Amino acid sequence: MKLLLVGEYKNGNIDDSFYELVAFAGKLGAEAVAFFVAPTDIKPEFNGKVYVADVEKAKEYNPKVHRDLILKVAEKENPDYIVLSHSSYGWDLAPRIAYKWDAGQISEIVDVDNDGFVVPFCNAKLRRLLKPNTGKAVLTLQSGAFAPAKEGSASVETIDVDVADEGLEFTGFEVVEKGGVDLTKAEIIVSAGRGVGKKENIEIVEKLAKVLGAELGASRPVVDAGWLPQERQVGTTGQTVAPKLYVACGISGAIQHLAGMKKSNFIVAINKDKDAPISEVADVFVVADLLEFVPVLTEKLSS
Amino acid sequence: MNVLVCVKQVPDMESKFTVSSDGLWYDQSDLTYKINEYDEYAVEEAVRLKEKLGDVTITVLSIGPDRVKEAIRKALALGADKGAHIKDDEAHLKDPFQIATIIANYAKDKNFDIIFTGMQSEDRGSAQVGALVAEMLGMNCVTTIVDFEYADGKVNVKRELEGGIKAKVTAKLPVVLTCQLGLNTVRYPTLPNIMKAKRKELKEFDVSEFLNVDPKVITLKAFVPEKKKGGIVLEGAPDEIADKLINILKEKAII
Ligand SMILES: Cc1cc2nc3c(=O)[nH]c(=O)nc-3n(C[C@H](O)[C@H](O)[C@H](O)COP(=O)(O)OP(=O)(O)OC[C@H]3O[C@@H](n4cnc5c(N)ncnc54)[C@H](O)[C@@H]3O)c2cc1C
Ligand SMILES: Cc1cc2nc3c(=O)[nH]c(=O)nc-3n(C[C@H](O)[C@H](O)[C@H](O)COP(=O)(O)OP(=O)(O)OC[C@H]3O[C@@H](n4cnc5c(N)ncnc54)[C@H](O)[C@@H]3O)c2cc1C
Repeated sequence: MKLLLVGEYKNGNIDDSFYELVAFAGKLGAEAVAFFVAPTDIKPEFNGKVYVADVEKAKEYNPKVHRDLILKVAEKENPDYIVLSHSSYGWDLAPRIAYKWDAGQISEIVDVDNDGFVVPFCNAKLRRLLKPNTGKAVLTLQSGAFAPAKEGSASVETIDVDVADEGLEFTGFEVVEKGGVDLTKAEIIVSAGRGVGKKENIEIVEKLAKVLGAELGASRPVVDAGWLPQERQVGTTGQTVAPKLYVACGISGAIQHLAGMKKSNFIVAINKDKDAPISEVADVFVVADLLEFVPVLTEKLSS
Repeated sequence: MNVLVCVKQVPDMESKFTVSSDGLWYDQSDLTYKINEYDEYAVEEAVRLKEKLGDVTITVLSIGPDRVKEAIRKALALGADKGAHIKDDEAHLKDPFQIATIIANYAKDKNFDIIFTGMQSEDRGSAQVGALVAEMLGMNCVTTIVDFEYADGKVNVKRELEGGIKAKVTAKLPVVLTCQLGLNTVRYPTLPNIMKAKRKELKEFDVSEFLNVDPKVITLKAFVPEKKKGGIVLEGAPDEIADKLINILKEKAII
């Protein structure tokens, strides 16, 4: 079996997620080659062949350009699977490759099984075992699901960037402005999720944060609704934190939130749904209505 | 301008899920359904565009059993003009490739300038359908948008990346846009608009009209994952469990 691993080159580095793809190939016992759009002098720690399309020529990400470059490598190498991370890059690119390559796609793989690939569904409450119905397939892997494997040195071959796209034009980046809050430095974080119900109830969580001497954090819907500023958001599209204590109030524990806080030393979740996926990472899971429970807890802590 | 919005009906994620008797999906009885959250943003964005430009026709499409008509009616109450229900009781064993094929076949002779979909569905979360539809129809496509503006035959959007970074992209029409959480704030349908929605056109089609391909992925089984971490579970009167929690935190020298 042969895999084509599509790595990401970000902020001047090979993104570590590439080594998760390598680990996945190892788990399947498959031969692997890799592809990057990157500077041509990159040195991935990987035993195998690496095709590099010069990022100077390919410029900022354009899906059709990347798609066609990958298809070119696929034609040469004839892999069984093309593998990407389930990231903003991977989920944008994977279906486009799958369609042109006439293959199926399996998204967000968390595990492999003798017969197929395991993916979560219904906010990770359930899982499914899937198998491509086509000989070949495009696969995306959930970030963090496979422990990175870094070893060896690659042989790099440069490929021409001879494709272009007029349909989309990249015009710049926008970065979230950071105010005075630095969640990554906090020892204790108390976060509010959509379970708080309405803006006025943020206060309940804020009071708990105060008695604990904690920073106030938030899940994404709380930020999207404008209840708390973006700089307080924890998760893949916010901050990644690892405090001594993380208290999640009314947060279900979607993978994108967990990715930002699961390395916390001690996690307390307060949720009325006993099956909420946050229970997977919680050291203490309090099954309660936070509107009732949190004020009681705050009161006891302050006396 | 001609706009299509694809909406999927999904169960409330706070539901208790059990595996269905065929072992392939979740048991669909006793679930409450709603519009996929990502798709609500898609509907709202289309309606805002119509309010701005005036001359915009918005069609809302949903594939599924009869109950998905509720999702279409809700989108009509939010301001969409007409509905297309592609009836498919046997939603079973359809993969994203088939769903995208159905949408593309419905759309191919209708000259849509913009197709809005959700970035992913809340239950399956494949994040495939939008980009696949674009490939099938040869349209441009930007995924995971958190900002949208139309000007001079082009759309200016912001595509969300990781860690608070966004890429600004300009795309030519026709274009497929997949909508991310927080793209806008979705309005509440007013009672008069809910009444009006009942009189709007809602055409029903049979899925066989549009489906001509086999699945590219098959489901072998669905199952409940093993619990990985056996954390302490506290249940009971708030007063008692608050004491217990404080004791644990003190024992662990966390507070
Ligand atoms: C590309 C991408 C990036 C994303 N990035 C992030 C990110 O950086 N950070 C992030 O947080 N999310 C992110 N998300 C969103 C993520 O998928 C979830 O939608 C989000 O985390 C859900 O937030 P929540 O848990 O607060 O809300 P919900 O999932 O709605 O959960 C609310 C929870 O509150 C509980 N609850 C309700 N009422 C009460 C009550 N009275 N008492 C106690 N419990 C109650 C419910 O049981 C439920 O479990 C991203 C999504 C995508 C697609
Ligand atoms: C055994 C089995 C049983 C199934 N039973 C059901 C079922 O009863 N009901 C059900 O809804 N699904 C069912 N499905 C799943 C359904 O076929 C998938 O939802 C479909 O393949 C699309 O994948 P996705 O939701 O992950 O798409 P994504 O790519 O994550 O969805 C992105 C966007 O595509 C659009 N979209 C997706 N699906 C639809 C739709 N149906 N109508 C209109 N727009 C859509 C929406 O805009 C959505 O935001 C079943 C699947 C299997 C394998």
